[in-house]
Amino acid sequence: MKTYKSYVDLPMSPIADVPSSEESTAGWRTHKPVIDLSKCTKCYLCWKYCPDAAIDTDHEGWPTIRYKHCKGCGICAVECPRTCITMEKEI
Amino acid sequence: MTKVVMTGNYAQSYAAKLAKVQVVAAYPITPQTSIVEKVAEFVSTGEMKTQYIKVESEHSALQACISAAALGARAYTATSSQGLLLMHELLFWAAGNRAPIVMGIVNRAVAPPWSIWADHTDSIAQRDTGWIQYYCESNQEVLDTVLQAYRVVESQDVLLPAMVMEDAFYLSHTVEAVDVPPQSAVDQYVPKLKSPWVLEMEKTMRMGSFMMPDLYTEFRYKIAKGMVDARKRIIEADDEYGRRFGRSYGGLVQEYRCDDADVVLLATGTAASTAREVVDEMRKEGKKVGLARLRVFRPFPKQEIIDIASRVRTLGVFDRSWGFGFSGPVGTEVAGVLYRSKAKPLLKDYVVGLGGRDVTPAVLKGMFTDLLQLKGESFETEWVGLKRPEREVGPDA
Amino acid sequence: MSPMLEIRFHGRGGQGSVVASDILAKAVFLEGKDVQSFPFFGVERRGAPVLAFTRIDDKPIRVKTSIYAPDCVVVLDPSLLKSQDVTAGLKDGGILLVNSDKKPEELGLTFNGTTATVNATEIALKHGLGGKTSPIVNTAILGALAKVTGYVKLDSVAQAITDNAPTKPEANVAAAKEAFDSVVSRRNAA
Repeated sequence: MKTYKSYVDLPMSPIADVPSSEESTAGWRTHKPVIDLSKCTKCYLCWKYCPDAAIDTDHEGWPTIRYKHCKGCGICAVECPRTCITMEKEI
Repeated sequence: MTKVVMTGNYAQSYAAKLAKVQVVAAYPITPQTSIVEKVAEFVSTGEMKTQYIKVESEHSALQACISAAALGARAYTATSSQGLLLMHELLFWAAGNRAPIVMGIVNRAVAPPWSIWADHTDSIAQRDTGWIQYYCESNQEVLDTVLQAYRVVESQDVLLPAMVMEDAFYLSHTVEAVDVPPQSAVDQYVPKLKSPWVLEMEKTMRMGSFMMPDLYTEFRYKIAKGMVDARKRIIEADDEYGRRFGRSYGGLVQEYRCDDADVVLLATGTAASTAREVVDEMRKEGKKVGLARLRVFRPFPKQEIIDIASRVRTLGVFDRSWGFGFSGPVGTEVAGVLYRSKAKPLLKDYVVGLGGRDVTPAVLKGMFTDLLQLKGESFETEWVGLKRPEREVGPDA
Repeated sequence: MSPMLEIRFHGRGGQGSVVASDILAKAVFLEGKDVQSFPFFGVERRGAPVLAFTRIDDKPIRVKTSIYAPDCVVVLDPSLLKSQDVTAGLKDGGILLVNSDKKPEELGLTFNGTTATVNATEIALKHGLGGKTSPIVNTAILGALAKVTGYVKLDSVAQAITDNAPTKPEANVAAAKEAFDSVVSRRNAA
């Protein structure tokens, strides 16, 4: 990351030049969701409820967690009607 | 005497409870949120018999308070930074409608850049709106000042709203021991007075009417006069608080070791608290420095500033905000006031602590040391600690 | 130099570091001292590193700035030892207290001062505080802090916990007491 020694070196206004999709927020979480696909019925409630849009679907339509952006809030685990999702401690 | 270890935010909540406010309408924003969360808790347990209105923005929050005040209810709200900026047009309405609202402000920097940390720009930028402005340096003062503010705003010759400021995180989220005065004593200090300026069911009245040029000026003059008259009410409220509760804060400006000082720094907020330590340390080294804390910014303490100026060789001003135009806002007003004064000390304005940059004892000592060796006639402004190119020198404004 | 004491807590959001500094302040207040306690959040989210600070003094505390040279540093989550410079600014001869299942010398720290460890996680779980994946270690840590620093009496900590713990006050007090008895400290090798 660039350090700025003087106000002269700063851009005209504060900007981020990295798209937010490139910024990993994986380090924010302490627990990660793990989906047991054997119980999953593809209802997509987990995808719908994820506040960070961190759940994708694979080529067969199974929900997959995009761990790069998952913050471990656990809402998917709570909302899944089949309790397919468990929150596992990381670190 | 109940001493509770609490945050500056809770000091606001407890004061609102003691003041028995009747309407609270607020919208959350870091770092104010816990003020109104605590109030909501008090309302849910029945400790506060208050109508708590959840609103969709700060603009609506203040509107709800203006309407409540227009019906004679004691209203309270709190906000910070972007939320206060969103309220801007209604700040003029509250003052113009003579609504005796008290609003807690957690002083936080304004975007851009986005920042959650301490900075006075949010409230200083509202200095033209007609609101009385208090700046606190401790959680105790926050609680006491909200109570004092209700006494002042509801005075018949004032009827102007007031803001009570606390620095983000340094007070809002910092726990300190606070004495919570007994309810019965507070009831006697801020009894709910029947407001003379309210909408009544039997009376046909619309507030905020249209006005032709022939009388617009006179209405604005009445607001100006209310602000001038607020001065003596502020002093009276503080003195009376001291008599009843044993604590007072020097009215508009609180002096610390200024009597025989060569150099005085006029500072605001928690930095003034830290500055007292620095004053004591430098006094031990034989340096005759003093600290004058600007407690009330509106109405501007003209007499107090002129009085200090007559006693010192050099006056430094601490601005934790910036207002484009001439210099730091407080520095500009001090310079303006001194134009009328016979005594004209050397004067320098320091812009410091923006966006939560810590005002440490070392930074303050640097300012005092600079003031002690200050020469020359012109009024300079310095942005303390600015990261600048090595070869760049000279004043910043 | 004033006898003012400055303590810095390192934890992760949601682990109770701020509550720890808060209860410490309230405990010390019971002993008639002046206190000040505040957090520093980078990002206000669970799991993000959080700093909390406490100042203790016999006379009124007027300084309202961050703490740069603490007398004592407390680390609630041992994983932070890898990712943060927890001893930054720690005064010479200062104390570092870590929630860890290792002995002080096993941490291999060489700063000028004392390292103390207590298995606050194990103690917390034993007393049913929090879940296996997120134990509430802050009250245990405070008990250990009272022992290794002597800044506050265990009884004051117990009282402050009883007055302020949102749930299970007795279990929290028991955890603090057990940590008080089991913390181990050792002056670091030069």
